[in-house]
Amino acid sequence: MSSYTSAATIRQLLGLTSVQRLVRTTQLGFKSLWLRKLRSLLTVLGIVFGVCSVIAMLAIGEGLSYEAQEQIRRLGSNNIIVRSVKPPEERRTTSERSYVVEYGITYEDINRIKLTIPSVEILVPSRNIRKDVWNGVHRVDCDVVGTVPWYQEMRNHHVERGRFFTEEELASSVNVCVLGHGLPASLFPIDDPIGKTVRIDGDYYQVIGVMEPKSRQAGGSSSSGFGEQTNQEAAKANSGSGAPFEMYIPLNAAKNRFGETIVQRSSGSFSAERVELHEATVKVKNIDDVVETWHIIADLMSRNHKKQDYDIIVPLDLLRQAERTKRIFNIVLGAIAAISLLVGGIGIMNIMLATVTERTREIGIRRALGAKKRDIVMQFLIETVLLSATGGVIGVALGLAIPQIISYFAELKTIIAFWSPIVAFTISGVVGIIFGIYPAMRAANMDPVEALRHE
Amino acid sequence: MADIIAQIVEVRKRYMMGLVEVEALRGVSLDFRQGEYITIMGPSGCGKSTLLNLLGCLDRPTDGQYILGGEDVSTLDDDTLSSIRGKRIGFVFQSYNLIQQLNVLENIEVPLYYQGRPDEEARAIATELAVRVGLGERLEHRPYELSGGQQQRVAVARALANDPLIILADEPTGNLDSTSGSDILGVFDELHRQGKTLIMVTHSDEVSERAQRVIRLRDGKVERDERRN
Ligand SMILES: Nc1ncnc2c1ncn2[C@@H]1O[C@H](COP(=O)(O)OP(=O)(O)OP(=O)(O)O)[C@@H](O)[C@H]1O
Ligand SMILES: [Mg+2]
Repeated sequence: MSSYTSAATIRQLLGLTSVQRLVRTTQLGFKSLWLRKLRSLLTVLGIVFGVCSVIAMLAIGEGLSYEAQEQIRRLGSNNIIVRSVKPPEERRTTSERSYVVEYGITYEDINRIKLTIPSVEILVPSRNIRKDVWNGVHRVDCDVVGTVPWYQEMRNHHVERGRFFTEEELASSVNVCVLGHGLPASLFPIDDPIGKTVRIDGDYYQVIGVMEPKSRQAGGSSSSGFGEQTNQEAAKANSGSGAPFEMYIPLNAAKNRFGETIVQRSSGSFSAERVELHEATVKVKNIDDVVETWHIIADLMSRNHKKQDYDIIVPLDLLRQAERTKRIFNIVLGAIAAISLLVGGIGIMNIMLATVTERTREIGIRRALGAKKRDIVMQFLIETVLLSATGGVIGVALGLAIPQIISYFAELKTIIAFWSPIVAFTISGVVGIIFGIYPAMRAANMDPVEALRHE
Repeated sequence: MADIIAQIVEVRKRYMMGLVEVEALRGVSLDFRQGEYITIMGPSGCGKSTLLNLLGCLDRPTDGQYILGGEDVSTLDDDTLSSIRGKRIGFVFQSYNLIQQLNVLENIEVPLYYQGRPDEEARAIATELAVRVGLGERLEHRPYELSGGQQQRVAVARALANDPLIILADEPTGNLDSTSGSDILGVFDELHRQGKTLIMVTHSDEVSERAQRVIRLRDGKVERDERRN
């Protein structure tokens, strides 16, 4: 090997040719693919759909899980919520006339929790009574919630306008009320509700504030598929008896005005219920104590209630469940992604093998004109990677667009994690390399003389 | 006497066709000198293409030696043979063998590309060669837009791109009509005048008239090797 190799060797050492060649080979690859536009497009469809569905599904999954977690977080991850539930046996007997059903959390339960558990910070008892609320001729079916001033902080649900009631107002049980979000629109279609009065049965209440919306998706109406269970539980914990609107009054006022017995007239027969408290929120000081406190409360409650007339909701536990669900979802998604990219990769390999056979003559010519095996490998490998990377780009574009479309039409929140398009694109490139190696090797290992004789 | 640039010694080439062994070359020894214009003739199947492929380092002899430019190339590895083909050999084939997706200039640039020559340099060489073979007007044309004769001229230009030691042509006029054929032969005559070494396989006595030396093969052996002036 004399002077003619040394010049090339020096150039190669400087890395000049390799970069230039890579650029040229890439251009060549684009050209070859462009000459077979339709085929190239059909070839990459597998990768396109794989990448696109991965990004879109991740975005939907993230969105749903965000919604679920957000709703749970609004309940407060330090909180434990105890709710009164009408036990099933009682439900059956309600058809008997003039029978008063007695169930639920009592003031005594609250005191017991307060005394027994030192890690408990605040307790928010509340009473929900379903009533018609009037303003002149306007009537709205409403959950009237008797509660305490610190409800706001505890439940992470604040006034939007005006103010919440104070401890003095709680103690003196004055008739003030805070309207739930959306209620003013039905009750006060024209004027500002603050300062006005509303009527429930015979009593008038002064409106002092309006609440913010409970959560983005009040009532968890669009919880489909993922996180369904936790979403529903969260929704249940959020809204008492399921009336569309809520109104907040001081707990003592509720006690005094409505008494402990709620009489409901339904389809001819009377049914009366006696419930002291509908709900109590327990705030645990330290988040690490939540689970332990939960068990103590469950224990206390079960010892003092013969019937299962209460329900304990632990947002932290729901959050963990939601996270678990999300992990499972991601694993399933990962498997689907892997399979679809595998299928896409096999599709590409199949076409590349056909291309190599078709271009046997070209390979022979290039070999005769001085191409080394690795030049041929590079040529076909780059072509395959270009193919799959193009599929990746199209897939990423579609994958970014589809969640937007879904969000728009299905009113579903979608979140595209910044890494998901990057990962999806990288994987499509890697698929190109993996599935391109075999066809490229096959091309390079052809005998030049045989290849030249190929028809 | 001019320098010997290529020499084969007792070269044999055997092929396996299924279980039957075919010996395409059975002990061929030849010298080729700088600037010679040689034609190889003989009946079909006598081993002409096989010999040319060996001379072009596309294949290795089963037995015997091949010394090219003072170097024994009969046992070199594939990569080295590739670069020898790229630098020292120019091929012209019967069926032109242009790359269909490339235009005239790009086809001529292919050997330069594999030598890692800079783009501008390659472009300049290719343009000059295209003009030299009379295709100055067709630089951007693709092979299917050219006649057979024009395609073969592109192939000749391509064979010249790396300024090779030897130009090997396997029936270069086999697919051409007499006018295009004599065009190509004219280009070869011109190359010969410039001192290039040409080895050409042909079936036509008329064509071999133009050469200084005619090697006749029969059954894988040299039957006759005659020099004219
Ligand atoms: N790859 C191969 N495998 C098996 N046998 C082969 C192979 N290549 C060539 N041969 C055999 O070697 C012999 C010589 O073939 P070659 O192609 O060199 O002939 P040729 O002189 O060029 O003929 P033609 O004038 O028809 O081109 C033939 O008998 C052929 O069948
Ligand atoms: Mg032949």
